Formats: sequence, C-alpha cells, structure tokens
Amino acid sequence: MKSEKITKLVLVIASVVILLIFAGMAYSMIKGAIPAFKEFGLFRFILSTEWDPTEGKESYGAMPFIAGTVITSLLALIICFPLAFSTSLFIAEYFRKTKIATVLSTLVDLLAGVPSIVYGLWGFYTLRPLIAELGYAGQGYGIFTSGLILAIMIIPYATSISNEIISMVPNELKEAAYSLGATRMEVIFSVILPNARSGLVAGYILALGRALGETMAVTMLIGNANIIPKGLFSPGNTMASVIANQFGEADGIKLSALIAIGLLLFAVTAIVNFIGKIIIRKYA
Amino acid sequence: MEKALINKNEGSNWRELKNKLFFGLVIVLSGITIMPILLIVYKLLSKGLRQINLDFFFKVAPDTLQAMSAVQSGEIIPGGIANGITGTLLMVAVASLIAIPVSILIGIFLYENPGKKYASLIRNLTDILQGVPSVVLGLIAYFWIVKGVTNGFSALAGSVALSIMMLPLIIRSTEETMKMIPVSIKEAGAALGVPYHRIIFKIMIPSGFSGLMTGILLSISRVLGETAPLMLTTLGNRAINFNITKPTSAVPLQIWEFYNNPNMIDLVWSSSLFLVGFVLTLNIIAKRISTKYS
Repeated sequence: MKSEKITKLVLVIASVVILLIFAGMAYSMIKGAIPAFKEFGLFRFILSTEWDPTEGKESYGAMPFIAGTVITSLLALIICFPLAFSTSLFIAEYFRKTKIATVLSTLVDLLAGVPSIVYGLWGFYTLRPLIAELGYAGQGYGIFTSGLILAIMIIPYATSISNEIISMVPNELKEAAYSLGATRMEVIFSVILPNARSGLVAGYILALGRALGETMAVTMLIGNANIIPKGLFSPGNTMASVIANQFGEADGIKLSALIAIGLLLFAVTAIVNFIGKIIIRKYA
Repeated sequence: MEKALINKNEGSNWRELKNKLFFGLVIVLSGITIMPILLIVYKLLSKGLRQINLDFFFKVAPDTLQAMSAVQSGEIIPGGIANGITGTLLMVAVASLIAIPVSILIGIFLYENPGKKYASLIRNLTDILQGVPSVVLGLIAYFWIVKGVTNGFSALAGSVALSIMMLPLIIRSTEETMKMIPVSIKEAGAALGVPYHRIIFKIMIPSGFSGLMTGILLSISRVLGETAPLMLTTLGNRAINFNITKPTSAVPLQIWEFYNNPNMIDLVWSSSLFLVGFVLTLNIIAKRISTKYS
C-alpha cells in the first residue's frame, strides 16, 4: 500500500516537470524581453517597422518579421494544399491499401525526416537558381523561394493527418452515393470533403504551426532584409530567421529585442497549435 | 423521348470526362509532391558520395587553407567530420538520458489519469510544447544553461534544448503505447498482489517495449538534424570534445559552417548525405520495430 503511494507520487512529480518547463520558459523569456518592451513600449515594439542597429539611435520593431513570418507561412499553406490534398486522395481514396499507395506514403514520410538545414542547402543550390531565372527576384532569394521550401517541408504533416481523416469517412456513405450514380469525383466533393472538412482544416492548421517556426531553411533563402516585404519576390526576414541570423552578434537592447521576438513567436505558435489540436480532438 | 436520352448521355459524358480529368490532376499533383524528396536524395548522392571515405569519419574538419589548396589542385578535401559526429552523439546521448526516463514516467502518469483535470492540463501543455519552434528552445537553453550553469556555450546547453524537444514526442508515444496493452495483464498482476511499481517496471514497460522504442528512436531522429537551437547554445568546436561544459561541434553545425565557407562546399554535400542517411535509417528502424510488433 505504501509503495503504491510512493509510486503514484513519483509519477505526479514527473508530471510537474512539464509545469516547471513552462513556468521557466515564460519567466526567462519575459524577463529577457522586458528591457526591449520598456525601451520601445509593448505595442510600439510590435507595430514598429524599423530595425536599426546603428549605435546611439538604436530602434527595434517586430513588424517586418511578423509580416515575413505570416506571409511566407500562408504562401506555404496555399502551395501545400493542392499537393497534399491530392496526395491524400491518392493514398487514402484512389489507391487505398495498394502497394503504390504504401510507396507514395513512405516517400512523403521521408520528407519529414530531412533536416531543415538540408532543405536550405537544396533550396539554395537547386531552387534558388531556378527562381532567379524567372527574372523577378534577382538572385532568387526572397519570400516566394522561402514559401516554396516551407510548402515542401510541411507537406508530410498535412498529408499524414489528411490520410487518416479521409480514410475515416464511412464506406456506407460513399457506397450510397455511388449507388445513386455519382462519379468518383462527385463522391469526393459531396461526400468525403463535407465529412472530413474540420479534420482537414485542423491538419492544415497544424502544418501552418510548423511553417511559422521553421528556421534554417528560411534563413538560407529569404534574403535577410529587415524590411516589410514589398512583394512576392521581395527579400525579407521571419521571426525565427532573424533570431538565428542576428543572435550571434547581439547584446544589450538588441538581444532583448530578439528575445521579445522569440516570445511573440512562442505565443503565436502555441495559439495556432492549440486551435488545431482542439479541432482535431472535437473531431475524434 | 429520343432527344432527352441523347441529352442525358451528353451530360453523363461530361461528368465522366470531369471525373477522369480530376483523376489525372490528382495523379499529376501527387507526382509533383514526391519530386522534391527524389531530387534531394539524388543531389546528395551525386554530390556527396565522392567525399565519403574513412578519413571522413575519423578525422576532424580541415582548416580553410588545406581545403583551398585541395580544391585548387582538383583533389578531394582532406579531413572529415569526426568532431561533428562525436559532438552529435554526445549531445544526443545526454539529451536522451535527461528526456527518456522522465517522459516515460509522465506518459504513464497521463495513461493512469485519463479523465482528471490536472492530467489534461499536462496533456495540453505537452501538445503545445511539441509545437514550440526549436529556435525558441535554443533561446531558453541559452538562458538556463549557457548563462546560468556553464557560463559559456556548452554541449550541455545543446542537450537541454534537444531534450525539451524530445519530451513531448516520447510522452505521447508512451501514453498511446500503454493504451494498447490489454488491461487484463495489468489486473492479473494486481490480483497476484504485485506492487504497483513492479507492475510498471515488470509488466507495462516490457510489454510496451516496442512502442516505447519506436517513440524514442523517432524522437532521436527528430533532434539529430536540429541546427538552430545548437547555433544558440553549443557554438561549435574545431576539435573533438567530450566535456559537456565546453563548446562542441555537431554535424548540422558543421554543415552550416561549410555552407558559409566557399572553400568547403564539397564537404557540405557529404556531411548532409551522412546526416540524412543517419536520420532516415533511424526512421526506418523505428517503423520496422513498430510494424513488427503491432
């Protein structure tokens, strides 16, 4: 009896580790970010578009990076959707439980195993020259290139959830539609999509969460300009990439500004992921 | 009558055609989806294989001059990535030591308290932790360890960042694995008067071993390629280092260094090939284990 209590206590203590990590994260990041918030004001820091490290008149604002993060991630989502959705239909509907579906889903799974920095390299040496040839983006750096590489990186996350959701749609519903003479495409659009909608949305929200925090590949491709991107092919910077880029040479108020950006990034990804998980849990 | 029939046929022809076109579109887009992985693997093999030899695994990275003169005379670059390989193994080992025991306990805790409010708070926080960008975890480890413990960049700081990344993956896979174990086995143990901690160690963990192993291997393969958190915590090292309080190199950090040094470009591909090969092999082993035992 006594040993049972001790064991249960040990389990509870282990679970407290998660609370401690969160409390510690919040404490350290808020403490690190306060100097920047004090210097520039919380809302001015978030809304300011200026990032000027010139000594004496230093001024830091997060808006260029918030904009860069949001634009590249949404672009990634837009590019990812048709590809991931088609792949899910291929795997979970058209070629369900066949060998070719297994091969395809294995290949897509492999995408999740490739480290971010290798995507960055491949993007730099293969994708960037192709985009430079289009002629819009100078050397090929910028928002579009980053969005494209992010899209490839989030495809496995979007497809793995879509596969499950699509294969969960009850067969009776599909058979009923077929018996009324519906074609396969009509079944997909009028039976599978409506039934799987919220699950699919949750899958893409979680994929978006991935894209928001990706660092290395974006750092290598976005062109590292601390400005609000002016167009699809303009260079920029994201919240994650500016931290990776400038952390090494940062101290004082600049370090604090980078930590404040990290805090914002943490908050945004936490909210996006939480929404995704809630939708998925309601669905399951 | 006849006319109506013809109209109907035309309508269904158009529907059939749309159906076929859509099918074609799905095939084409699915094909495009798998292009990148094939192209990446091809690029790594075609560019990286040349540099891989024994020295690559057993010698440390060359300095710029050595690399430059080798490139100019058309030879392969001497030296290898031994400092990175040992650093990666060291940091992943320490991260595993920190993360595995505690996350298995937390996973069992979640399994034992499915409906409780506190447990679902922990579950939600674990989910959120899984989505925290790795670069943010690098910042955290910088504060806690680089500034707070080792007073400088260190392997320990990198390990802490990686271990926080591993936690949620192992916790959730432990909980899922425990759910698959038949309750009757546990109850049989309890009926025989086996104490609770022995039920955990002698019944639950052994019968869920393959599931736990899969989760652990997948979490290791996730953190192996992490670069951003290590840039903020371990910095890199030209020499092989096993002291966890000192700056240490890692394979992804070396890739970043080679990438930034025009003379070392050839080494970029071979170290990337090695890293991807390592990660994918672990992935495949993990999946093998899980399909073999489930």
